[in-house]
Amino acid sequence: MALPTTDEDAGVLRFITAGSVDDGKSTLIGRLLFDSKGLLRDQVAAISKSRAGSNEEAEIDLALVTDGLESEREQGITIDVAYRYFATPRRSFIIADAPGHEQYTRNMVTAASNAEAAVILIDASRLAGKGLKAQTRRHATIAKLMGLKVIVAVNKMDLTGWSRAVFEEIRDNFARVARTLGIEDPIYVPIAAKHGDNVARRTPHTPWYDGPPLLEILETLDATRRNDGVFRLPVQRVIRMPDGARAYAGRIASGDVAVGQEITVLPSGQTAVVEAIRTFDGAFADAAEGQSVGVVLDRDVDVSRGDTLASAEARTTRALVADLCWLDEEPWEKGRRYLLKQGSRTTQALIDGIVFVREMTELAEVGEASGLKLNDIASVKVKLRDPILADTYAERPATGAFVLIDAASNQTAAAGMIREAA
Amino acid sequence: MSALKPSRRMTHLDVLESEAIHIMREAAGERSKLALLFSGGKDSAVVLHLATKAFWPERLPFPLLHVDTGHNFPEVLEFRDATARRLGERLIVREVEGSILRGTVKLPRPDASRNGAQSVTLLEAVEEFGFDALIGGARRDEEKARAKERIFSHRDEFGAWNPKAQRAELWSLYNARINPGENMRVFPLSNWTERDVWAYIAREGIALPSIYFAHKRDVVRRDGLLMPVTMLTPPRPGDVVEKLSVRFRTVGDITGTCPVASEAETVDEILAETEIAELSERGATRMDDRVNEAAMERRKREGYF
Repeated sequence: MALPTTDEDAGVLRFITAGSVDDGKSTLIGRLLFDSKGLLRDQVAAISKSRAGSNEEAEIDLALVTDGLESEREQGITIDVAYRYFATPRRSFIIADAPGHEQYTRNMVTAASNAEAAVILIDASRLAGKGLKAQTRRHATIAKLMGLKVIVAVNKMDLTGWSRAVFEEIRDNFARVARTLGIEDPIYVPIAAKHGDNVARRTPHTPWYDGPPLLEILETLDATRRNDGVFRLPVQRVIRMPDGARAYAGRIASGDVAVGQEITVLPSGQTAVVEAIRTFDGAFADAAEGQSVGVVLDRDVDVSRGDTLASAEARTTRALVADLCWLDEEPWEKGRRYLLKQGSRTTQALIDGIVFVREMTELAEVGEASGLKLNDIASVKVKLRDPILADTYAERPATGAFVLIDAASNQTAAAGMIREAA
Repeated sequence: MSALKPSRRMTHLDVLESEAIHIMREAAGERSKLALLFSGGKDSAVVLHLATKAFWPERLPFPLLHVDTGHNFPEVLEFRDATARRLGERLIVREVEGSILRGTVKLPRPDASRNGAQSVTLLEAVEEFGFDALIGGARRDEEKARAKERIFSHRDEFGAWNPKAQRAELWSLYNARINPGENMRVFPLSNWTERDVWAYIAREGIALPSIYFAHKRDVVRRDGLLMPVTMLTPPRPGDVVEKLSVRFRTVGDITGTCPVASEAETVDEILAETEIAELSERGATRMDDRVNEAAMERRKREGYF
């Protein structure tokens, strides 16, 4: 039956699709939804209609699945990220699709923040002998910046006559970029999204390709975000248990925790031992990343919303270096204080200097930059009024990330990733 | 330690549940005057169940709020009241009828749909109680516009959503800041699909109003739909009234909600029935097909309104 059973359920994989309409991105999304039976009869009818009443699968314009975006664009509605859902018996999927060329950096960063993987699309038919497009290098840069696993879908292979040489040339070109950026083990798959080759099912056209089709890659990809497994629980709320004990409630951002384990409360630095792990569904001996729990400690310590329960060796900082993506139409104003939210804590922050701004075509690091504006990606020095967790994004994405909020407009001004505590 | 349960690997429903709990605890941490929109419908019943888990064993840190169009099924209103009583939670009901009497809502015809009028009454309730955040059960898979809506969605002082000025929403770092008079809408089920909702109802044993399950009801056939015969929707001359076994897939305004023929008396039977219906409709043969009632609900809404 359609519902995954508990034993087989591989949870949820969230991925982004990077590429333009020309690369066949809309067609690929339509194909994934169609072949996983994520489209209902009425939706299929809607996209078939425009093709002279034919019901042939080949006649269905899969790109029209994501249609509607065009009309919204005409109405002036900002389309930054649209979410689509489908499921196979093995796994549920959330596609975060960031359309558009303008503001692409902002949109892709936003979509990537809640994803584990990026499917980067490359149009094989136009690339043979030409090297990668600047756009693809940009996608790779953002995927690396955001810590995503990378799948390179080399599309429109049918138009190359299923040329192994073209596929390998593109693979080798991308591998060079990946090495420069430090992207680990990208996965390459030759596809023709329009006809479904190597999307949900293996195609007979690529006897030289021994990997699985794209959907199987997505079904079996290790979905856990890379982190070092060290315990962090940002406290959202203090809840009274029936026996009067205080439970510190929150979702475990990384690692796991067990009854009897010693923890540190940050930023105060007090230590305590976990006495109980309580939820509506019962008391647990331990709990792991992603679970929302209440943790009861063995002694009276001062803990409130915004504090973090952490493994013993955790530390805090009031100065750091971070990668920043500027998201707001309002550019950064030098000397202004912004609100910084990390985990459940909000404090004030000051950008103390720009180390470099990344030029997004050739990916060069430009020093001497004096400003930050929409879509800029930069490395900056940040000073904080109160100490925050000194976690790096590479070690622990969930606590190594922060947002800056403009207190005057209440807009979310920037996304930040901690690279090092100063 | 033997009484303690071992940790579990998280299934996709566990992931969605934990995310929803995190969202509601953030809402309660960032805003001070919240309300949970509770109509008695299945999505709001799921949100209420998740809220109970998020704040257990304490009572909810906010009241339940229902804007009653006056066109609701009595079974649903009874369920709404009984559920609030059972949980010991405060239920605030504000009626579109009240807005009509005050003159803030003027309907084109007395029997016109009151769906549009609901937002006036809702804003009046927001002002009356000073609510700064409302938790609701909307999902992104419901329609294309919703697919872009934030989990924490800003409303200006007129209660309007401005899709041009949506805040970027990254990671789980929700920005719930507002100016006085403005409002936050919070959607913990954003990433749930219709199938997830039904699967979760089955897993958790969440109670629903009786009209979600098969029952005998007087209906007439009109435009390929079954129209319930009620005080508000009497048969027209020439209509043939039949007593059929039906269930409702959504429960909204009586004047806009049609049941489907069904024998499904349990959630599991509803899930199974939906899958079989989907399969034959699409001519598919695979039993691992997925279910999504959202599109059918949408079609129904579009077809009727």
